[in-house]
Amino acid sequence: MSSGLSLAHEPVTKVAHGKLAMWIFLASEIMFFTGFFGAFIVLRNSNLELFSHSAAELTKGLALLNTFILIGSSLTMALSILNLEKGNMGKFKLFLGLTILCGFGFLIVKTIEYSTKFSHHIFPWTNVFFSFYFLMTGFHAIHVIAGMIPMTFMFIKAFTKKGYNHPVKVETLGLYWHFVDLVWIFLFPVLYLIFPAH
Amino acid sequence: MQSATAHAHETHGHDSHGDHAHHHDVSFIRKYVFSTDHKVIAKQFMLASLFFLFVGGLFALLIRWQLAFPGEAIPLIGNILPDTWVSDGAVTANFYTQLLTLHGTVMIFYVIIPLAVGMFGNFCIPLMIGTDDMALPRLNMYSFWLVPPAGLIMLTGFFFDSGAAAAGWTGYPPLGPSSGAGQTTWLISLFLIGFSSIMGATNYMATILNKRAKGLQMFQMPLTVWALFITAILITLGTPVLAAAISMQLADQYLHTSFFMPDNLLVGAPDNSLLTGAFVQKGNELLEHKQLLGGGGQPILWQHLFWFYSHPAVYIMILPGMGIVSDVLATFARKPLYGYKAMIFAIMAIAFLGFIVWGHHMFQSGMNPLLGTTFMLSTIVIAVPSAIKIFNWLGTIWRGNIRFTAANLNALAFIATFIIGGLSGVFMASAPVDIYIHDTYFIVAHIHYVLFGGALFAIFSGIYYWFPKMYGKMLNESLGRKHFYWSFIFFNLTFYPMHLLGVGGHMRRIYNPYIYEFLQQYQPMNQFITIAAIILGFSQFILIFNILWSLKYGKKAPRNPWQANSLEWAAPAHPGHGNFDTDIRVYRGPYEFSHPDRETDFYPQWEEPQGDEKTVHETKEHSHSA
Repeated sequence: MSSGLSLAHEPVTKVAHGKLAMWIFLASEIMFFTGFFGAFIVLRNSNLELFSHSAAELTKGLALLNTFILIGSSLTMALSILNLEKGNMGKFKLFLGLTILCGFGFLIVKTIEYSTKFSHHIFPWTNVFFSFYFLMTGFHAIHVIAGMIPMTFMFIKAFTKKGYNHPVKVETLGLYWHFVDLVWIFLFPVLYLIFPAH
Repeated sequence: MQSATAHAHETHGHDSHGDHAHHHDVSFIRKYVFSTDHKVIAKQFMLASLFFLFVGGLFALLIRWQLAFPGEAIPLIGNILPDTWVSDGAVTANFYTQLLTLHGTVMIFYVIIPLAVGMFGNFCIPLMIGTDDMALPRLNMYSFWLVPPAGLIMLTGFFFDSGAAAAGWTGYPPLGPSSGAGQTTWLISLFLIGFSSIMGATNYMATILNKRAKGLQMFQMPLTVWALFITAILITLGTPVLAAAISMQLADQYLHTSFFMPDNLLVGAPDNSLLTGAFVQKGNELLEHKQLLGGGGQPILWQHLFWFYSHPAVYIMILPGMGIVSDVLATFARKPLYGYKAMIFAIMAIAFLGFIVWGHHMFQSGMNPLLGTTFMLSTIVIAVPSAIKIFNWLGTIWRGNIRFTAANLNALAFIATFIIGGLSGVFMASAPVDIYIHDTYFIVAHIHYVLFGGALFAIFSGIYYWFPKMYGKMLNESLGRKHFYWSFIFFNLTFYPMHLLGVGGHMRRIYNPYIYEFLQQYQPMNQFITIAAIILGFSQFILIFNILWSLKYGKKAPRNPWQANSLEWAAPAHPGHGNFDTDIRVYRGPYEFSHPDRETDFYPQWEEPQGDEKTVHETKEHSHSA
């Protein structure tokens, strides 16, 4: 403030405002996916056989590949934060770029997966298992895209003259990115790997 | 610190011109439209929600007219409304269900929540914790600017051929997902306003945790801030579940999924004019062959997900009011709030229990009766923290030096109506009783006693209380009292008889009750209610007139017109951007009224302790830091 008052002091919790808000927002995000997982559990229990047959149609290989891509992107994200904090701009740009690439890689694999399903005449309305499959992975993909947008902005800014030097912002985005990764870690076994007993 | 004190002295002279003390060169649009100042955003919430209050009120009066005089032309506007809404000037059955749906939705999502949480949250939190603005001002601006488009999207439903959403404010499937484009606008609108709520709540929590003034402990914050903090937790954890449910219902509508559609359900294909390709093809297929939808879904699943949010939502609406009332009552009784910590723990208990009671809306849904019993027990337990609050409010005003200002009258009315609404809640919580009164006007009476009588009276109280700080002008007290008396009397005349209608078996959402012989005897009572409701509705113009009149001709407000203790009254009378003109340091809790060692009967949080007390305070602090 222009007045020189010291109202805007250091955060009481010692955690930056944006980062604290991100943690709270992630709690909210957990509840969003909990809604889907809860509904999945309820409808799975009333359609066990259907879910088991349908889950067998999914391509585990591609999902496994995507799991590696996303976990890898979490690593590169963490490395980019570490390098920005140390001031290694070159490595920061490298790892942030790799993270964005991983995001694209994930989306490409997802597109291949979806189009294979469509070509096998599997659509969201085919049955309630595939409804869940498309909606849950779809919302997850939207989250991946939502993370890539600010990441791309940071990446582009890093190449301008001014450069990019807001480690806390990158760290905040990193929190979100790890969360998106974590959601996939739950989606992968729940949709692809767990076969209900007949 | 030195320069800050100097500055404080400098600006002390022109007290009421806080605006000028912190002059910023910002454009009109940045200052009044896309402003990041929490006080401007609060005023925007106030303006938008008061607009929607009158929209929702108009819907209510149209509903009331139909119930009192079915088939008769609506006076004044009946003959100018389009034919899709009225026939011979009277509301059609289809339009009636749309009104009923949107009255509930508008009042809950666009009036009570934005007023109680959006307006007071924005205005009170930074001022009451002694800081300059929210933790994330820009996010705050976004959270408001989602509200007007969201509300308008929902209202556009009225202009579709198929009409606005008409599945009730609960949007139960299979009716919901098999309705037309109106339902879609309803779903999208709720999704957007939910997102706005989450952004706001995230910000409130971050602000309260991170930006409290020096020396302000969590357990020294006023009850309003505490209530808003816990409300923010409810919003953060509850709203996303509704968002998930809404996404699933949208998918049921447009992607022809069947999350909520049971086996063997035959419906016409949903309106799919917004989609292309395979989706349209599938829709047309369904329409042609009248095929069965996929099946495998459960309508009750929607109810569980919906009420998992919407039950906590009733606490989202009432908790801020409880906080406001606590502050207003203590200030105007000139007594410390009775049981400060007990009040906070009671709010926490209500919030926690609020998450495990949603099933009490579903006793009649075919849910397992054993499950119903657990929900019944947990619901009745909520009466305990609620009673703690009621008795502590009574303890607060007991033998107080009560000042009957408009703010205080509304706060007292809150207690009275909340007791009635709370007790009828216990009736409904009891599953065997609920089976009888479920879906009758008893429910309508209850919800209006807690939401109009409770939340809205508390909001009125808050408006009268904080208006001086918001606009720098005092509201006219005499008009304020008139508004209160008219509202309070006609509120009770409107909603109390609804209990009797409900016990008599009058259904909640019926278009024309008199097709049943046993309900014909209730027409005079319905007419009585309608007349009372019309007067109640028009009484609200006193408030609007008062606001407009006082903005122009009102007395200039002093810094601390109510001689209250909390930090917002340390700010200039009409604070500008940045709020405070002095450094804020907090020395005590917010309810030090009638302190025995002082001449004045209040002891503000920011006032430095004098004499002996100061030395004690300093040594204490010293030993603490050592």
